[in-house]
Amino acid sequence: MTIKHLAASIAASAIIASPAFAEVDFSGETIEWVIPFSETGGSAKWANFFAPLLSEQLPGNPTVVVKFMPGAGSTKGGNWFQEQRHEDGTLLFGTSGSTQFPYLLDDPRVRYEYSDWIPVMASGTGGVAYLNPEDGAKFDGTANNLQDVAFIYGSQGATRLDLVPLLAWEMLGMNVEPVFGIKGRGDGRLMFERGEATIDYQTSSAYLGASAELVAQGKAVPMMSWGALDDDGNIVRDPTFPDIPTFKEVCEATEGCATSGEAWDAWKAFFIAGFPVQKIAFLPAGSPDDVIQTYVDAFDAVRSADGFAQRAAQQVGKYPVFVGEGAERATREGTTVSDEAKAYVIDWLREAYGVSLN
Amino acid sequence: MDTFATALPALADAWALILQPMVLGYLVLGVVMGLAVGVFPGLGGIAGLSLLLPFMFGMDPVLGLALMVGMVAVVPTSDTFASVLMGIPGSSASQATVLDGFPLAKKGQAARALSAAFTSSLFGGLVGAVFLTLFILAARPVVLAFGLPEMLMISILGLSMVAVLAGRVALKGLAAAGLGLLIGTIGEADAGGSLRMATYDIPYLTDGLQLVIVGLGIFAVPEIVSLLRQDRSIAKDASLGAGWGEGVRDWMANKWLSLRCSLIGVVVGVIPGLGGSVVDWIAYGHAVQTTKDKSNFGKGEIRGVIGPESSNNAKEGGGLVPTLLFGIPGSGSMAIFIGAIALLGSGDIEVGPNMLRDNLDITYSIVWLLALANVVGTLLCIAASGGIARLTTIRFTYLAPFLFMLISFAAFQSGQNFEDILALFAIGLIGIFLRRFDWSRPAFLIGFVLSNPVEKFSNQAFQIASFRFRSSFEEGMDYILSPIVIVLLIITVVSVVLGIRQAKSIMAEGDVKSGSKRAPLVFLLVLMAYVVAALVNASMIPDYNMTDKIVPLVVGGITLAALLILLGQMMLRSEADPVFADKESAGEDADAPYGLWGTLAWFLGLIVATYVLGFILALAGFLLSFLRVRAQASWPKTVILSACGIALMCVMAGALNRDFPPGLLQDATDLPWPLN
Repeated sequence: MTIKHLAASIAASAIIASPAFAEVDFSGETIEWVIPFSETGGSAKWANFFAPLLSEQLPGNPTVVVKFMPGAGSTKGGNWFQEQRHEDGTLLFGTSGSTQFPYLLDDPRVRYEYSDWIPVMASGTGGVAYLNPEDGAKFDGTANNLQDVAFIYGSQGATRLDLVPLLAWEMLGMNVEPVFGIKGRGDGRLMFERGEATIDYQTSSAYLGASAELVAQGKAVPMMSWGALDDDGNIVRDPTFPDIPTFKEVCEATEGCATSGEAWDAWKAFFIAGFPVQKIAFLPAGSPDDVIQTYVDAFDAVRSADGFAQRAAQQVGKYPVFVGEGAERATREGTTVSDEAKAYVIDWLREAYGVSLN
Repeated sequence: MDTFATALPALADAWALILQPMVLGYLVLGVVMGLAVGVFPGLGGIAGLSLLLPFMFGMDPVLGLALMVGMVAVVPTSDTFASVLMGIPGSSASQATVLDGFPLAKKGQAARALSAAFTSSLFGGLVGAVFLTLFILAARPVVLAFGLPEMLMISILGLSMVAVLAGRVALKGLAAAGLGLLIGTIGEADAGGSLRMATYDIPYLTDGLQLVIVGLGIFAVPEIVSLLRQDRSIAKDASLGAGWGEGVRDWMANKWLSLRCSLIGVVVGVIPGLGGSVVDWIAYGHAVQTTKDKSNFGKGEIRGVIGPESSNNAKEGGGLVPTLLFGIPGSGSMAIFIGAIALLGSGDIEVGPNMLRDNLDITYSIVWLLALANVVGTLLCIAASGGIARLTTIRFTYLAPFLFMLISFAAFQSGQNFEDILALFAIGLIGIFLRRFDWSRPAFLIGFVLSNPVEKFSNQAFQIASFRFRSSFEEGMDYILSPIVIVLLIITVVSVVLGIRQAKSIMAEGDVKSGSKRAPLVFLLVLMAYVVAALVNASMIPDYNMTDKIVPLVVGGITLAALLILLGQMMLRSEADPVFADKESAGEDADAPYGLWGTLAWFLGLIVATYVLGFILALAGFLLSFLRVRAQASWPKTVILSACGIALMCVMAGALNRDFPPGLLQDATDLPWPLN
């Protein structure tokens, strides 16, 4: 007993003595994780899921509280975080695709620069598009028979995440008329269930939670997933939906749709920003290496903990959680698009929906 | 039969889950926390639930649900305190309660109004639970029957309540509602993203104004300023008349009204996308229309309290249907509730279509926990109402600085911007003048609340309808004229016709005397200038974004027409005509010992000082100087009261983990909490 105790003390003091751990200890402190959205959105759910897990893994077990700073579609929070500098390592910021898209599209309100911030964790999701049974019967793995059908889609706005499905359907030659102004994808699904919308898509967890039931009852027919990225950056089948073809497969099989060229590059760039690298946790500019490493280690411990995969599957989907260098690479991929892709999307938004961003 | 076979055992399981001492203990804990948060205006269930979230992770599901449901259930009950006693609408659910609850408090009948309200809430909550128990298994097709045209019609039915509440001059009520609708369109349009009366240089405006701020500005600020000017207690003569027993008897006498309003609450609550914003107005309108002698509405009619209070707790029950069955939150607190449920236990309870199949017992537990929480919360509230009603006998000058403190803090919480407080002041000014010149404030608020639903549903329904008409005429007609739409249309027409006939006898602002022509005319011209500016602004939106400009153009056009007719009437009629109503010409406001601008300057002083020094330092200066100079309190009293006020703010902000508005000082220096 005493020897064990002694050994434990020595071990403990050895850890305390090692410089990497001595400096960062959050005992009694409060970490503020700022989310640029309201309490009620998906990012809030994401941060609230990770906050208690992070608290367990950070040295000193600080309280991690999620704070909300909604406004101007998250650009208000982004601009605020741009002004923050490292103080004591107790500030964390979480962004989502809705923060990345205005940045990628040169929205005039954006005064933040992703490359200034230090990513410590990134996670993603996937998405599945589905059709009503009547038109679904015409779907044969290609969109060839769907090109003369007029579809209605409940959309949150063409400059949001909905850009990815809308552009995909456009590339397939489908005629999808978006009804703008809904508040969340749940409202879109309800519109589909009421028969007012005839095509819909959901992110993975929402698809599993609600739309899969519609498919089982024969009230919806899955069309395609957006896919997932492999280590080399290729689009492959989504591990959550191995039986559903990806948009890439459908596009290849459909006449007039090409998986190369500027439309494809633009779609892929925005797909990456919106799905596989959708939510990122950042430390402010100027954070020292030991603080960064502490967070990276903590998030690494979170994702490798027992039972994490199972719980995460329900909350954030069966997708990899990137930390450290992986998060950096993911952030780079999710926040850079080529000028051609950007110009293509901006032109398309203006021509198809009259949306001008300046 | 089959449904009963599954429902009854699940119901029994649910009761077995609930009726454990631990579960009931957590429920009571949640209720007490909900009451503590709910009595403060503007915070409501979202703040409370966010506070509980960190504890939900891995918690035993039933215990966690008991805690959360206890908290959510009592917020619409406890916010009645602020509505009745101070005239402050605590949340969107209690706006209609202010109309008659506050006049009752002014008559010294606060305890009666409160206990009638709480009894109605309790009854509404129970009706909601019974209804849901029977209905939830069959609810899905009913919810799906409400498409966009149906939701648009319900919004219009809500809007038609303007007819009842328009006041003596119907055109003024119409214009007030139009103005509310226009103010509601400020900011980035939902559909096409065009800016209306906003610019990217003022990011605050692009998000539009928050309901909390408009509610506080339109109802609370004018009342606080008016009472403060008169330098008296809320209850005239500082005496308390009727006690809480009378309120319960009032409810007994009106139990059928209460039942009908509860059913209205459940049914409207069930429809996703509308939330609570219209329910209490529809219930209030119903209460007016079914009362023989309407002359007391707006002056302290107990039926005007019982109606909306019965509906707003019932609505919480109804709101569970879209939340649990479709995974679509009916309100902000329900959205957090959904997120929190996923954190409970091993995380396998998932809200959505599978809830009824996989977790029917949990579903029933939630329904009945809600009912139990209502019972516990109501009993606590009724027990407290007699004591809390004494607040209305305190000299108002001692209450006012704390109310300014609370509403500023509440406004800031809605968006964490300094502009929130400025917006409160600006809307407060509009409220003060609407009240002074007898333009219906309820009509303005109904317009504001329904601005977004009306615009959204009409645009979307139009788009889908034109799509259907393109495929065939019949299909289009089937879509826009479903049986539900036709029934709602008939109800709306009847209620408008009845409403216009009744409006003249309902004087929400009391009998306002007319005075000189100049002031009312100037106010009319100011309103007209804003409407013209909004019209010009909307007409500049490019035509391909027709969805963003059509509603401001139509509403603005109608409002402008109403204002022009009023202008004509003003030119033709004599000074004694009700169109020139002005509270400053005779009555309480005219006889008040303090002027409007001097009183308002105190509030403005708090805002300016906050901009420079940050909230807590500004508040300290404000409380000290107000109590010492305006209230002429002794130094010890001044210091003690100020310290209490600041302590209250710090405890609240600390417990709820909320920030205070920072000022220039905080930008330049690094101060410790709470000064930062």
